[in-house]
Amino acid sequence: MTAYTYGAIFTAFAVSYLIRVLPLTLIRKPIKNRFIKSFLYYVPYITLAVMTFPAIVDATQSPIAGIIALVVGIALSYFGAGLFPVACACCAVVFAAEFFLV
Amino acid sequence: MKNKVFLEGMRDGLPIGFGYFAVAFSLGIVARNAGLTPFQGFIASFFCVASAGEYALFTSIQAAASFLEIALITLVVNARYLLMSTALTQRFDSRTPLIHRFIIGFGVTDEIFGITIARQGPINPIYNYGALLVAIPLWSLGTSLGIIAGNFLPARVVSALSVALYGMFLAIIVPPAKKNLVIMISVLISFAASYACTKLPLVSNLSGGTRTIILTVLISSIVAIIKPIPESEEEENK
Repeated sequence: MTAYTYGAIFTAFAVSYLIRVLPLTLIRKPIKNRFIKSFLYYVPYITLAVMTFPAIVDATQSPIAGIIALVVGIALSYFGAGLFPVACACCAVVFAAEFFLV
Repeated sequence: MKNKVFLEGMRDGLPIGFGYFAVAFSLGIVARNAGLTPFQGFIASFFCVASAGEYALFTSIQAAASFLEIALITLVVNARYLLMSTALTQRFDSRTPLIHRFIIGFGVTDEIFGITIARQGPINPIYNYGALLVAIPLWSLGTSLGIIAGNFLPARVVSALSVALYGMFLAIIVPPAKKNLVIMISVLISFAASYACTKLPLVSNLSGGTRTIILTVLISSIVAIIKPIPESEEEENK
């Protein structure tokens, strides 16, 4: 059981690491193709957007608290708050909101 | 100068670390059910650094899956890191020594990737190391404590901490969306498509990781075809 567990952990580590490090080490030059450049330019924003919604609403005990966190997060970021303040504000509003909602 | 960048990395790594800690804690409960010891949980989190990937790993261990199965599911669930690493290659200064690519590659996660691309100019490895030094220990420790303590944190605290990550994602995507209409529309479409995919039959049965990669590739391709970045503006948008 112990050997199996460590083998399983090692397998997951090996695959995870290769996925991350192969592009970083194999692609050493600026990409010239305009489509690929544009694609890679948009990927970060789109993938983070896809992962944020509706996941933020499902992460909280009450979906309404999640929606409030979403709105507060968007509003604060829009007016220029940084990563840490926005993250803390989202936590705080969920904590406060769930006093009334749960 | 290096110190300042390192501290900036640690500062930005802190909210990530808190979010990780909460997520890792609940992940630890999954690991505990799969029979992992706190030490094994620590090792798994330290080396794999992937929430969905580790969730898949722990449930696979519980089901006594073969190593081949574990390799395949890790590949699918973590495939988005392939895209993120590829995107990061374009932000490296050609003078940065190769060794940094090996270490930064180790710590490519959704959140670390997010704060890395949110910075101006070429990647400064020192910044990433500051963030990783805070985030990865908290992630690993959270998993161990989750295994040890089970449901010790009140549900309300876990609930509140779990939105920290999403708040950070918003802080990363909203400012560029404010400046660039194409990004704003892409973000809104991504929200809508992502929501639709959790409701639609068949697609909703796919795992979150798989849906993420399909949607990312699909939407990014369409936007890249319709609105390719102008050759001249691409530098200033970075």
